[in-house]
Amino acid sequence: MKVSYFPGCTLKNKAKDLDMYAYKSAEALGVTLEEIENWQCCGGVFTTANDEVATKLSSVRALKYAGEKEQPLVTVCSACHNVIKQTNYAMQTNSQFADKVNRYMAADGTYNGETQVYHYLEMLRDLVGFDTLKEKVVNTLKGKKIAAYYGCLLLRPNSVMRMDDPENPTIMEDFIRALGADAVVYAKRNECCGGYISVESPESAKRNSNAIIENAKAAGAEMIITACPLCKYNLVKNGADIPVVYFTELLAEALGVKEDTNA
Amino acid sequence: MQRVGVFVCWCGSNIAGTVDVEAVSEALKSEPGVVFSTNYQYMCSQAGQDMIKQAVKEHNLTGIVVCSCSPRMHEATFRKTAAAAGLNPYMVEIANIREQCSWVHKDMLTGTEKAIILGKAAIAKVNLNAPLIPGESPVTKRALVIGGGIAGIQTALDIADAGFPVDIVEKKPTIGGKMAQLDKTFPTLDCAACILTPKMVDVAQNEKIRIFSYSEVTEVSGFVGNFEVTIKKNARYVKEDICTGCGACVEKCPMKRIPNEFNLGMDNRPAIYIPFAQAVPKVATIDPNACNMLKNGKCGVCSKVCAAGAIDYTQKDEYINEKYGAIVVATGFNPISMDKFDEFAYNQSKDVITSLEFERLTNAAGPSAGKLLRPSDGKHPHTIVFVQCVGSRCESCAEKGKEYCSKICCMYTAKHAMLTRDKYPDTEVYVFYIDVRTPGKNFDEFYRRAVEEYGVKYIKGMVGKVVPEGDKLKVQASDLIANKQLHIDADLVVLAAAIEPDKSARPLATMLTASMDTNDFFTEAHPKLRPVESPTAGVFLSGACQGPKDIPETVSQAGAAASKVIGLLAKDKLTGNPCVANSNELMCNGCSSCANVCPYGAITYEDKEFRMPDRTTKIRRVASVNPAVCQGCGACTVACPSGAMDLKGFANLQIMAEVDAICK
Repeated sequence: MKVSYFPGCTLKNKAKDLDMYAYKSAEALGVTLEEIENWQCCGGVFTTANDEVATKLSSVRALKYAGEKEQPLVTVCSACHNVIKQTNYAMQTNSQFADKVNRYMAADGTYNGETQVYHYLEMLRDLVGFDTLKEKVVNTLKGKKIAAYYGCLLLRPNSVMRMDDPENPTIMEDFIRALGADAVVYAKRNECCGGYISVESPESAKRNSNAIIENAKAAGAEMIITACPLCKYNLVKNGADIPVVYFTELLAEALGVKEDTNA
Repeated sequence: MQRVGVFVCWCGSNIAGTVDVEAVSEALKSEPGVVFSTNYQYMCSQAGQDMIKQAVKEHNLTGIVVCSCSPRMHEATFRKTAAAAGLNPYMVEIANIREQCSWVHKDMLTGTEKAIILGKAAIAKVNLNAPLIPGESPVTKRALVIGGGIAGIQTALDIADAGFPVDIVEKKPTIGGKMAQLDKTFPTLDCAACILTPKMVDVAQNEKIRIFSYSEVTEVSGFVGNFEVTIKKNARYVKEDICTGCGACVEKCPMKRIPNEFNLGMDNRPAIYIPFAQAVPKVATIDPNACNMLKNGKCGVCSKVCAAGAIDYTQKDEYINEKYGAIVVATGFNPISMDKFDEFAYNQSKDVITSLEFERLTNAAGPSAGKLLRPSDGKHPHTIVFVQCVGSRCESCAEKGKEYCSKICCMYTAKHAMLTRDKYPDTEVYVFYIDVRTPGKNFDEFYRRAVEEYGVKYIKGMVGKVVPEGDKLKVQASDLIANKQLHIDADLVVLAAAIEPDKSARPLATMLTASMDTNDFFTEAHPKLRPVESPTAGVFLSGACQGPKDIPETVSQAGAAASKVIGLLAKDKLTGNPCVANSNELMCNGCSSCANVCPYGAITYEDKEFRMPDRTTKIRRVASVNPAVCQGCGACTVACPSGAMDLKGFANLQIMAEVDAICK
């Protein structure tokens, strides 16, 4: 299976692990990630202003590119996934906005939200299947107590993301179980880490992040996995004393492709 | 040709204000068949009706057209007038020149023009009217009540009191329903059991009432006055007539760790059980999924200890067929599942409970013998947070909750909060609410007492998150009035879960062809004027199956439903509606299109012998309509591809004549 892949800026800099292990793991699962040519930054944050078009154009280009190849578009960074899905939704449902965008893109033809967008986790669940994933596991993580940290962007707004129940998500826990480990369910798994407030008010971010780590540890977690570079940054920077890793790293380890990449 | 009289009503200025009534009666004079035409200020008044009767006599009228308000208002009135004048009541046609004409037009010219056209259409129709005579059907003088909660109990008692036999079908091993699980009842705080169990005993002792417990309705056919119902009596593996309810088997059963439904799984029961001490009927039931004897053939202890010899491991499900004149639906409600509300950590902590679980925790017969103790560690909670509207009024989360207000939660939460403060004054009690809705006799006074006398802290705002941490529940909430975030360390969190109709209601509605709304509540025939009748004749509604209701309201509705049933059963014969479908057997090709669209199951097929033109005979399958079941909706007449189905009083020819008159 071939899919279009939008890595995003952070994955080429701070979060190289997230990207690298995503590639290797996909390959091990028989999925080829075809990186979109000349992709640009997703915009980082989805602005809800209808007349704000410029920052959304790069997302639309990526979507259109995948659409022309008749491939689903896969992203792995929580923030990119959020922006691209929201932009796609706006293209489907807001004709005024879509019209404006299409005028900007006149030379490249029109796009109206036809492309299917998947988060990497959704790809594992819906395209690969957790059962298939289970069969491909080489190094079982049996006995490891792993807590999934969803953060805020991955699942919300639910009406657009349509990924999992934002208050009672299970996709990452199911992923952890597919790898053979024990999923630790804790209350703060879908609370905000502080996000960009770490620039303005590092104290607030610290408070939020610590509360999440403490809650996960109290529930028995030995490791936290996340899909979001900013979440990882905040949790690690604010003194997590258990490992915080990208879910793709855990996946690569379980699939036995982690050593390869280090070599 | 008919001799038609036309009567144009002014309806004061309602019609005459926008329609030139004089011009209408004048214009209609020259329509085919019309021999008399007049107008009057109030046709429905005694003087107006006398005018019609007089005209029938003087002009030998055979048909009447009244140009007035909607037929829903006064068709029945004018039919009676016609009957009093010696005409068949179905020789009256109404042209609605008020709701569909004068009220919607502002201009006299267009209003008058349209009124004339509507009058012409009615005249064209009445020219083709034929006298109709309603049929009669007998009434089986026995009622069925489905559901044995307080709604079903009250309905059954009231019907039996009038002297008619009643059967109650209850799917649980005992009657009593949700009310039997409650501790105290608002607003007077009498104990639920003290006022319910005497009624349960009355039901058990009433000679007119039969209880089918642990049973369900599996099939319904027939129609008002003549329902045929199949009741499945599930095997309880105990002979009901022999069991004395002594409880020896319950004590000795070795399988003791089955979650107890009656206490909402907060404690355990054995595989053979009696739900609670005052159960009716007070007989044991074996849970076939838990009993070792039934599963593996090993054990048999209950049979050995039963002095009466009531245990019967070979008992089979039994099917009972019975006829009923009326059916009352009283299937009640359930709290919705809290699985999708994980922000309140219901599945993460034992100390997050629903309000119904709180009832059991404070009930003397409950798992903690009435002491308010935390389910996790048995300690007394010092800070309790009640969260209202969990899943109610939930427009943004329609996928997991309900859009409607569950109505009873404000009052029972006030009750819980007040009783907690009364019994344990050292406990801090918070109630988070969207609005406090306490209309009802002595209800608002009750809520104010909770706030003013008992010091319950009511906070307008919702709880966003509950995080179990150590032995505390960290509650994050917002106080909308103070406009600030609150963080409360609670020992117990109680969720006022929305209520929804019982899951058995939907399949039952299909069996009864009774309509439901999008939330699976049964729909009443008219929301204001016929609140306890279903649109399906002979089916009545009692209690929360029709919408969220508290006990006082349920009991009044139960009585109302009973009085409607009594009114029906008191009749020896039922007069039907003669405007029913009729199949022309010569044209019918037996294709089943009509039966497929009939919402009432009124159409059956039979093989009939027909004489062919060549003098041979041929057997053909043709549709036949049961006039007692048909409600005259006309769906079949539209579906019939060969035009064999016709509706009396609204025949295809009549409708076409109306259309022709309008388009002329």
